[in-house]
Amino acid sequence: MDLLIFEAPILMVQATLDGILLGILFALIAYGMALQWGVMNIINIAQGELVILGGYIAYFMYLYGIHPAYGVIISPIIMYFIGWGLYKTIIYRVVDRDLFISILATFGISILTQQLMNFIFGSDVVVAQSNFGTTFLFNYMVTLPNSKIFAAGVSIIFAIFVIIYMKKSKLGRAIRATAQNARAAKILGVDTEKVYAATFGINAALCGVAGSLIAITFTLHPYVGLPYTVRSFMIVIIAGLGNLPGVAISGMGLGVFEEFADYILGTEFRVGAVFLLLVLILVYRRFKLSRKREYLK
Amino acid sequence: MKKIISIISIFYLTLALSMPSFAKVEGDTIILGAAVSLTGKYSTNGEHTKNGYNMAVKRINEMGGVTVGGKSYKFDIIYYDDESDSSRAAQLAERLIKQDGVQYMLGPYSSGLTKAIAPVTEENKIPMVEANGASRSLFTKGYKYLFAVLSAANQYLEVAIDLAVEKNGGNPVNIAMAFEQDAFSQDVRIGVVEAAERTGSTITIDDKLPKELNDMAATLAKVKATKPDVLVVSGHSKGALTAIRQISEMQVDVPMLAMTHCDASKLAKQHGRNSEYALCAAQWHKTLTYSDEFFGDGIQYDKDFTDMYDYAPPYQAAESSAALLVFKDAFERANSFDKEKVRDALAETDMQTFYGNIKFSDAGQNIAKPMVLFQVRCEGDECANRVVAPTEWASHELVHPIPSWSSR
Repeated sequence: MDLLIFEAPILMVQATLDGILLGILFALIAYGMALQWGVMNIINIAQGELVILGGYIAYFMYLYGIHPAYGVIISPIIMYFIGWGLYKTIIYRVVDRDLFISILATFGISILTQQLMNFIFGSDVVVAQSNFGTTFLFNYMVTLPNSKIFAAGVSIIFAIFVIIYMKKSKLGRAIRATAQNARAAKILGVDTEKVYAATFGINAALCGVAGSLIAITFTLHPYVGLPYTVRSFMIVIIAGLGNLPGVAISGMGLGVFEEFADYILGTEFRVGAVFLLLVLILVYRRFKLSRKREYLK
Repeated sequence: MKKIISIISIFYLTLALSMPSFAKVEGDTIILGAAVSLTGKYSTNGEHTKNGYNMAVKRINEMGGVTVGGKSYKFDIIYYDDESDSSRAAQLAERLIKQDGVQYMLGPYSSGLTKAIAPVTEENKIPMVEANGASRSLFTKGYKYLFAVLSAANQYLEVAIDLAVEKNGGNPVNIAMAFEQDAFSQDVRIGVVEAAERTGSTITIDDKLPKELNDMAATLAKVKATKPDVLVVSGHSKGALTAIRQISEMQVDVPMLAMTHCDASKLAKQHGRNSEYALCAAQWHKTLTYSDEFFGDGIQYDKDFTDMYDYAPPYQAAESSAALLVFKDAFERANSFDKEKVRDALAETDMQTFYGNIKFSDAGQNIAKPMVLFQVRCEGDECANRVVAPTEWASHELVHPIPSWSSR
């Protein structure tokens, strides 16, 4: 138990802002996962690996002298086709099967991607420099790296873009129709195969964006994908399936909660505290559901 | 009757073939065994380890090999890829000993894998000289056949605390520390805690970073608020790179920043000027003035290694090469291939190599070699590691306190 944050309340501002910026980035990854989960009923264990792969694209641009921030444009384009290819080779075989098969399949993809990245890019931890500088608030008491602000801004733009695309475009409407009832959509002439491939591609593209942002805000390594998978999974669970605004709120909420857990409980408990919160939320949900059922009786 | 004889002879033949020979020496070659990570998350460092071993084998063989009983022998190594997986490493150690009949082992890369292999070599009474397992727990289990040429993990950053106290006019200092929650980093932490107790210093922040954590912003905000005299960070390459990235972005001013894994993470290259003044613990640096007849001194080793492999040797390679020198020395002193005699000769090792002095404690730990500290210094945009402690090898003066970010 550490009371430093109460002795220096300005740290609360720091913690809140850090948490929100971190949460928005995680929410973007979770957003792709929720989309794909909702439409195809597939829990993608390889989500984190797609993120890291997207990050390496930005990193290689950086190595060749291009500013890594342009990765947020290039990386999703490449990742879209990688996602589309993954669907056409593997995912289409498991899309109508039960959840367990798809978890196994994506787990396999995750291991394969890790090893391939390790083989191709090497096992060194790498970073891409954005040189974006720092924003100071409250007379230098609160510092926010501009790279994190940039990451949050880009994440919001992409999230809004995808929401509008889903509402307005033909493909977006087809995706939503397939999510509601794949069979009915098929009868009405929607090519659900194409919809699925596009959904998987869009998810991979979002991972590409997030990966590029991680390359300039954190570090990249072939084996650090799993925490991103776990975190996005938790965000989706807490938000509830099909609740896209909820993903943003739960992403930021978890981010802030995690920062405060770090200050108050200690760094070693910050990840554990988030898991504990997840358990509590699930128990509470179940409790609420069972009450509802009693009314029905 | 014929049938019975033939069955018996086949039985003995198989027995003779399957029994490992008395010592793994074939013709004029001494066969050593090693499981090294050539794939998986340690593959880069596994490669350094293998290159270090190979370079030493080549050099020793070229310079006359190992003389035992008046006859000259050459070294050869059987390698297996342990896939950076500890259970695989233990299996491979078993295979090297039981199937390939290897009687002398070289260590794998990393503390975790060495910990997995040590019980196997110990059970089979196989002497193992290891160069890449620094965890303190390797030396507290009473192993008799394990010899480590490197300093233990708890010694990594002790020197830094002593240095901070010295710079503070001999007065205790306030220490903020952040260590990843893995065996190695926690061992480093124990060393720092002991140094703090010894010098009467206060630990103001003691953060243990979960392995999956990529973000140190909270720890650094606490550091900013408490203004310690020294900040200590250890969390492998990821920890070192994350720390420098966020310290520079959040402009955290501390008089001294001490870390590990600066060279493994290519800190000076990846972060450039942002990493300047970071103080790093290392097992070896090429400018140290130790020498031996095989590699000359560190500078010569650096040059020869670079010629051979096209990259400058990190300390992981240097210590691996030193392991072979230790084996050669022990074989010659034992003047025998009997593994017990070789083990006893290893235990009595007292020698200097280009990598440093080597003398083992009863637990098999090298007690003759201090850790070195270097500081990242930049000229223009070119940054390099400069040795600043211990003073007898220092090529540069320590910059203390670190200039504030606003003046950099």
